[in-house]
Amino acid sequence: MKLTTTLAGALAASTCLAGMASAQTDVTMWYHGAGNDVEANILNTLIEDFNGSQGDYRVVVESFPQESYNDSVVAAALAGNLPDIIDVDGPVMPNWAWAGYMQPLTIDPSKFDAFLPGTKGMWDGKLYSIGLWDAAVSLYARQSTLDTLGLRTPTLDAPWSKVEFMGALEAAKTSGTCEYAFDVGMAWTGEWYPYAFSPFLQSFGGDIVDRSTYKTAEGALNGDAAQEFGAWWQSLFTEGYTPGTSQDPADRDTGFIDGKYCFSWNGNWAAVATLDAGVDDVVFLPSPDFGNGSVIGAGSWQFGVSASSDNAEGANAFIEFATQDKYLAAFSDGIGLIPATPTAAALTTNYAEGGPLNVYFGLSEGQALVRPVSPAYVVQAKVFEKALADIANGADVADTLDAAVDEINADIEKNSGYGH
Amino acid sequence: MATINPDNHGLRLATRYVVLTLIAVIFIFPLLFMVMSSFKPDLQLLRDTSGIRAFLPVGDLSFDNYSAAFKRAPVGTFVFNSVLVTGVTVALSLFFCSLAAFSFVFLNWKGRNILLSIIIATLIVPFETIAIPLLLLVSKLPWIGLEGLQIGWLNTYRVQIIPWIADGLTIFLFVQYFKDLPRELIEASRVEGASWWQIYTKVVMPLAGPVMATAAILKFLVMYNQYLWPLIVVQQETYRPVMVGLQYFFQLNTAWGEIMAYLTLITVPVLAFYLVLQRAFIASIASTGVKG
Repeated sequence: MKLTTTLAGALAASTCLAGMASAQTDVTMWYHGAGNDVEANILNTLIEDFNGSQGDYRVVVESFPQESYNDSVVAAALAGNLPDIIDVDGPVMPNWAWAGYMQPLTIDPSKFDAFLPGTKGMWDGKLYSIGLWDAAVSLYARQSTLDTLGLRTPTLDAPWSKVEFMGALEAAKTSGTCEYAFDVGMAWTGEWYPYAFSPFLQSFGGDIVDRSTYKTAEGALNGDAAQEFGAWWQSLFTEGYTPGTSQDPADRDTGFIDGKYCFSWNGNWAAVATLDAGVDDVVFLPSPDFGNGSVIGAGSWQFGVSASSDNAEGANAFIEFATQDKYLAAFSDGIGLIPATPTAAALTTNYAEGGPLNVYFGLSEGQALVRPVSPAYVVQAKVFEKALADIANGADVADTLDAAVDEINADIEKNSGYGH
Repeated sequence: MATINPDNHGLRLATRYVVLTLIAVIFIFPLLFMVMSSFKPDLQLLRDTSGIRAFLPVGDLSFDNYSAAFKRAPVGTFVFNSVLVTGVTVALSLFFCSLAAFSFVFLNWKGRNILLSIIIATLIVPFETIAIPLLLLVSKLPWIGLEGLQIGWLNTYRVQIIPWIADGLTIFLFVQYFKDLPRELIEASRVEGASWWQIYTKVVMPLAGPVMATAAILKFLVMYNQYLWPLIVVQQETYRPVMVGLQYFFQLNTAWGEIMAYLTLITVPVLAFYLVLQRAFIASIASTGVKG
């Protein structure tokens, strides 16, 4: 009798436990970090924590290689096969929202007041995605180079002016200490161009598109400021300051470390590798001010909810859970990117006060400008890339920018304004 | 009467060997670079690219890139998937395309010339133009398997195999080869009372070794190098092939050494397959005049 009671009790208990486990609804999630062990481990910890923190939902993740992630999502959207949670690159989000792949988050936006602006994915006045980190670009230099050339060390409050910057490049070129004065990373193609180079254009006073309406690029990409930018951009190559589009990718990766380039325009993701390679006196300088303020790009990967999700509540719950400082800090320590909040930055090794990359938090906070918030951006980015490559290769500045404007405007028109 | 000048003959032979050696070196250098680089740390690999050291086993050599590649991605799964999908597709393609070609060449039926022309015309249609319609189609197709009726073929092996079984080029290769076979063989077999199936299996296919090798190699390369199609129809790592797997190594800071190690690993099946079939492949090209 006692044995029977014990067995019955055990059976009841196991049934309850099994019932509790199976009561959790699966929330599917796609992530762009396949192949990155560190990122995967942090994400798995986050998911385990979330799954263990409540009994309603169980997040199940499928990771994709970053290079092909967007194509996979678009194909899945066409086939009606999207998961509940998708992560999305910040500048691409408006396109996916406009195309009906995503739905707005239901989390109170005020919870993200302290987040860096570049981490918030806004479209049509609604928050569609939120990022745990941001990325920033800076001007890499050696303090010893600045001292040798007699250059002032620019700061966030007092960046180099255009005159000072061009003086620095000329000094570097004539000194003969480097093969090229300034590496902008022409070997990196694709999103690098609009992310890294459109801030120069914006600092001149132009832009990829007129942000007041988002319905035309006329004036923004081919006005006086843009023409001035184009001429300056071309001069970098014609004057021999910068390696051109045929730059060896190997040089892009190690040229600054090897001393081949005096200055390098590079992201915070390369900073740790530069320090590790023994460039002890590297300094990460703010973008020069070409007349309209110093600007750098912003917007990295963010979490959002697919429009077809049957578990939007669970998906939002997970995203809110993921935005805790401890996870922001864990991702930052793991993959080197800038944590989204100051309180999370304080928890990190690199971005805390006095940390080797702390300057990037200030850059991101003070200079960052997100790329055009428009569904048309995915096309505009490619047009901009081609235009800048052509100008670097000697194409006529005015004609090239006019052609780019025509192409962008035709695309906007063809898509009935993209909802703007 | 023409005479051979021994000096000229020797010179010509030497020139020919020098040219052939140069061509061989040009073709072998990328492979050599890949293999040598796979043993070097990233920084050394990138620095060596500017000189002859890139092709030499010098510096800090180790198998670290190989172990790191296996750690970063399920290399074994990717290779298994590619070999499985490629192997099954090649086998089914040889069977069905040779059957189709047999029908076009040896059977008399109305409209066969028009149909063959249409099939050959498909050679000029790039896959990219039909990828999306095909995706929409396979995502709605039913399938009856062990788990009963299922709708949609996404995330399966069959979606990577079935759409690729029949193709214009393979059918064309078989048609061209079958046309050159002596008709007397077929007629004699018919007189002897052989069925068409018997003629296909006992007479034609035993003579089709070279074209089988050619078709198999060409199909193998197409299937093993598949990227776009598996990218859009497979969302689960379990079914991913090697070329999609390559993307695992392109991170913010690209792991070049691991990429070279991965490429070395996934090149082995291709080289092995080609080496096994190369004699028949060359014989087929020589006999059909088809340039691979």
